[in-house]
Amino acid sequence: MSNYSEMWSSLGLNLEAHDQLLKVLPPTYHDVYLTQPNRPKNMEYFDFVVNEIHGLRIQELQEHKKAGGKVIGAFCVFVPEEIVRAAGGICIGLCSGIDIGTAEAEQVLPRNICPLIKSFMGFKLAKICPYFESCDLVVGETTCDGKKKAFEILNDYVPVHVMETPQMKKGRDRDLWLEEVKDFARLVEETTGNQISAATLARSINEVNGKRRALRRLADLRKCDPAPISGKDSLLIEQIAMYDDVERFTARVNQLCDELEQRVQAGEGVFPAKTPRVIVTGTPMAIPNWKVPHIIETSGAVIVAEELCTGLRYFENEVAEDATGLDNMLENVAARYMGINCAVFTPNPGRLEKLVQLVKEYNAGGVIHCTLSFCDPYAVEANRVEKMLKQEGIPLLKIETGYDQEDAGQLKTRIEAFVEMLK
Amino acid sequence: MYAGIDIGSRTIGFVALAGDRVLLTALEDTGHEPLDTARKLLNQKYARVVATGYGRHSAKSDFAHDVITEIKAHALGAAYLYPGVRTVLDIGGQDTKVILLNDRGSVTDFQMNDRCSAGTGKFLEVMAGALGYTGVGEFGEEALKGKRGIKISNMCTVFAESEAVSLLHRGAGREDIALALHVSVVERTAGMLQRVGYKTPLVFTGGVANNRCIVTLLAEKLGVEVIVPPQPQLVGALGAALAAATTAAAQ
Repeated sequence: MSNYSEMWSSLGLNLEAHDQLLKVLPPTYHDVYLTQPNRPKNMEYFDFVVNEIHGLRIQELQEHKKAGGKVIGAFCVFVPEEIVRAAGGICIGLCSGIDIGTAEAEQVLPRNICPLIKSFMGFKLAKICPYFESCDLVVGETTCDGKKKAFEILNDYVPVHVMETPQMKKGRDRDLWLEEVKDFARLVEETTGNQISAATLARSINEVNGKRRALRRLADLRKCDPAPISGKDSLLIEQIAMYDDVERFTARVNQLCDELEQRVQAGEGVFPAKTPRVIVTGTPMAIPNWKVPHIIETSGAVIVAEELCTGLRYFENEVAEDATGLDNMLENVAARYMGINCAVFTPNPGRLEKLVQLVKEYNAGGVIHCTLSFCDPYAVEANRVEKMLKQEGIPLLKIETGYDQEDAGQLKTRIEAFVEMLK
Repeated sequence: MYAGIDIGSRTIGFVALAGDRVLLTALEDTGHEPLDTARKLLNQKYARVVATGYGRHSAKSDFAHDVITEIKAHALGAAYLYPGVRTVLDIGGQDTKVILLNDRGSVTDFQMNDRCSAGTGKFLEVMAGALGYTGVGEFGEEALKGKRGIKISNMCTVFAESEAVSLLHRGAGREDIALALHVSVVERTAGMLQRVGYKTPLVFTGGVANNRCIVTLLAEKLGVEVIVPPQPQLVGALGAALAAATTAAAQ
């Protein structure tokens, strides 16, 4: 990374702790990513973006802010990026995929809590994340009790607006969510000082749909055997989707897909044809959490789809573009997000049906259900997933793990044994 | 000739096959230089060597042609010794595995303890030491003489050890505490078997299968026969050797 020290200290980062993080990331990235065989050439852009994760992209955000723009941070795929963009703001997914600032986080949080929550609190309290420090507003949601209560604490350190995500998908839940989306639009207007118009919202809906279409095009290419791209690279792209510039990112994903189409035509892949294919499902894998995918793809299998928030749940439905008035547009936005199969909903049959459908569409041999420790919604829903997959005769491996590496040996044995079963 | 080597946390098992006949077996402590120990066991030329156990990947970068997991290895080994086996319970030095097989001997499901080594060979070893027994063998034999009544509530090795020691201070009988510790391991193991939905015949492999108290208590608890092979610690190595012979035949 070039010299960004001045920018980082002006953001108030704890430079010593931040340096520690920057020392850990490149070797991990090298081992997990750069040693993969047959990577597509167009992954270069995404390597560059990761390499500049705390550099160039932060500089872009600072320039945007200098020109009067606002930055809004979020933790969840329920936060409508279209609305932020329609008011001239930039929406950023905040990182929470690494054990960091644990000592600071444990001053305000219980020790036994989901590592993702502990991570975002640690990033903020230890002042290690330049994205956090660039945010004018942070948006939380009520997709689990741990996050919901942690946002009250986080609000002591940065302004947090919490959107109430419903727990069911009845008519009145949809009405509630629409009200939440409208409130959010008003808040974004206040924060940015810009009005959202039918024209700006139509444009931003179209841009964000474009990003979703590019990601779906990538996902569709992974149905081919041999797989033209690894699951790890695909996950990385899905993670980058949450913080990169929307239009540039969309263009680069499409460019990558052009290359992958040529690969598919030539019958080339990252692993040999007939490599056991698995689908990963469960708790989101926030950047730089690549732990389980790395073990899977170094144990003789390839991941062909992620039924995750850092995966299909992020891009699988589009906002309808048939509305003309602002109100109807906001209804379309709200409706798109209610299609997400998050485990916060009860019951959540859509996720189970989706999984069975994905196994067929992607020709997968099995499913790996991966939950973070203390993630009750997904850990408990694993039972429903197991029941459904058993009925369909689809092999399943259930894993519960955190961000630490202490169980890596045992996980490797379990994943290898699962892959042996699929062969 | 084909060789299978099982590099575990406590022991290294070795089996050499000619065709499907067992020619040689050996069992050594893992020690501090597991790969050295393994190399010494492989002191002649083998057409194919397959490694399993925790050290399998370092063995592959060193001398082994291929690796399989302990789960597959124990399944293959147990199915060779007892055709028709439907469940394998393997308790080794640091983990417990329950493996389900179909009627063709293929693995259909498995469970493994994660992270914590409670209830494994290491747990028994530490507890034997805390009670002043010379080894796990004596520990099991003495536990068989114990009276029921004490309950050990901690499964964590460290906490269970202090619990056992404080029971000693309170004047509880050594054999009774020993029995209680064995009961706690068996309860945990039986729970794991029931969670997976085990079927019979059930074969018990790994070093802990040598402990008569565990075997007896487990058979009582489940109400089924628990089959223990003559050398339960070598079943993984046998499975690896069988895998070496089969892949060689397939090529």
